[in-house]
Amino acid sequence: MNRVVLRMVGRRIAIGALTLFLVSALVFFMASLLPGDAAQMALGQYATPETVAMLRKELGLDEPLLLRFFTWLGGMLSGNFGISYAAQVPVKSIVLARIPNTLMLAGAATAASVPIALVLGIVAAMVRGTLLDRVIGVVTMSVVAVPEFLLATLAVLLFAVKLHWVSAVSVNPDVSSVGEFFKSYSLPVLVLCCVVVAQMARMTRAALVNELDAPYAEMTVLKGLRPSRTVLRHALPNAIGPIVNAMALSLSYLLGGVIIVEAIFSYPGLASTLVDAVSNRDLPIVQFCVLFFSTCYLLLLLLADIATIVCNPKLR
Amino acid sequence: MTLLLSPRRIGRFFMSLSGLGRIGLIVSLAWVVIALFGSLLAPYGMMDMSGGKVFASSSLAYPLGTDFLGRDLLSRILYGARYSIGLALAATVIASVSGTLLALVSTVIGKWFDEIVCRIVDALLVTPSKILALLVIAIYGSDLRVLVLTAGVIYMPGAFRIAHSQAVGINATEYVTVARLNGESTFHIACREILPNMIHPMLTDFGLRFVYNVLMLSGLSFLGLGVQPPYADWGSLVRENLSGLSSGAPAVIMPALAIATLTIGVNLLIDSLAVRRRGGARG
Repeated sequence: MNRVVLRMVGRRIAIGALTLFLVSALVFFMASLLPGDAAQMALGQYATPETVAMLRKELGLDEPLLLRFFTWLGGMLSGNFGISYAAQVPVKSIVLARIPNTLMLAGAATAASVPIALVLGIVAAMVRGTLLDRVIGVVTMSVVAVPEFLLATLAVLLFAVKLHWVSAVSVNPDVSSVGEFFKSYSLPVLVLCCVVVAQMARMTRAALVNELDAPYAEMTVLKGLRPSRTVLRHALPNAIGPIVNAMALSLSYLLGGVIIVEAIFSYPGLASTLVDAVSNRDLPIVQFCVLFFSTCYLLLLLLADIATIVCNPKLR
Repeated sequence: MTLLLSPRRIGRFFMSLSGLGRIGLIVSLAWVVIALFGSLLAPYGMMDMSGGKVFASSSLAYPLGTDFLGRDLLSRILYGARYSIGLALAATVIASVSGTLLALVSTVIGKWFDEIVCRIVDALLVTPSKILALLVIAIYGSDLRVLVLTAGVIYMPGAFRIAHSQAVGINATEYVTVARLNGESTFHIACREILPNMIHPMLTDFGLRFVYNVLMLSGLSFLGLGVQPPYADWGSLVRENLSGLSSGAPAVIMPALAIATLTIGVNLLIDSLAVRRRGGARG
């Protein structure tokens, strides 16, 4: 790592932080456009204007908007996430238990999908133009193009209803043994994997094919190398940057997938909390969840960009 | 862009597609026809509960079975096509048209204006759009206009990026320079010289964006945050019949399969168009 790389990475991190700040401003100011505020919500519609005004003063809602934004942002950073409208308890106590569940689900899906996607993408690139490549292409395209809930319902029908391999639709996140872990997590992880694997495999193939079209790859063929050696030894190292980039980008699809999967398997994670809060219009929880997921998303994009920068041999 | 509707032209266009592309075209067109005339084709009314049996499997009277209230599923899907396809189409039109026009204006004006617009769109492009859509719905509720507008705004930056790269490329060609030297007005250059050459790539992008919109809107409906009862799109149909999943009722799968055929069909068509254009450039 030399100075140029460090400067580019630093610049990218600064842009990421700025974007996150803009997103948080969006989250706060869009919510503040709503008629009625936390004081009104807490007291209900039968409260007298005086009591509302008093609570408003107590909560600091009579301060100017900009000042409230920075107070709110400070609260978000220091772990004071506000009070839920619906449950009247701190948001922290609701969400904190749920975050590990969602991370666990996402982590398991990542661990399972990365190797499968790599192999599929590399194989598709190696047999480019053949029937196998076209089958992989159409299948991965179809998986990306269908809604996640179709995959989820099909998986439940096949593995739970027809084959009875796994028991119920709902998932218990408290597992004590390895067997229980597989029983609980296999279906949701399978559905998440399908989406991510398809996306990753397509992008890996594209990155490799891009390299294989280069003159040096043609040269290795003319030298008489085996195709596997051409791909693994010559093209793959050059495609590492784009591939890692593709992996990080595909993982951001997990965020969308996890919302659907948690809903269909009634999994007690942060995404299902978000969906419930959106339908209850419980804004403090929505704001926290949106910020949390946005942060994860931006971190993944950041990782993708840094991978491209660090893996670029021209900058070494 | 002279895709005139003479039978021979359409026939030639159809023959120039690959086999999968033809299937895609037929499936997509069929769904559009159903979205327009589905209410006439449906054997039962949307709310007709005369089926009696709940979650029945398919029979002669009820080709796709019945739903959780004993309503004919085929009719519900035919009616739902209007919402699934119509809303997504409206959102895509908003996204593509506003993205293309913004790109055109910003390219023609150029300089600092272009710079500022590009920066803003770049910032929008890296925000997690689906999650922000949930925020908007939490604030404004699941009104149909809110849904369409939100989806349109969310997919605008992507359309802008494509249109902008096209417009910048065309803006630098000789004939545009000649038009400038001829003293043509900016408006003339934008509408007569640049825009016609952007249309074709933007149409391909339109198809892709339509698929994104169908998936997002049906996903929202599936979560119960999109189209609200008594109206139902295909996502809501899956949601309301979810209780039949453990008994393996077809009512859960069929609406989801309808979405899948639509999105895969459009995807096949787009892929085939892209291949056709590349082939044309080579030959």
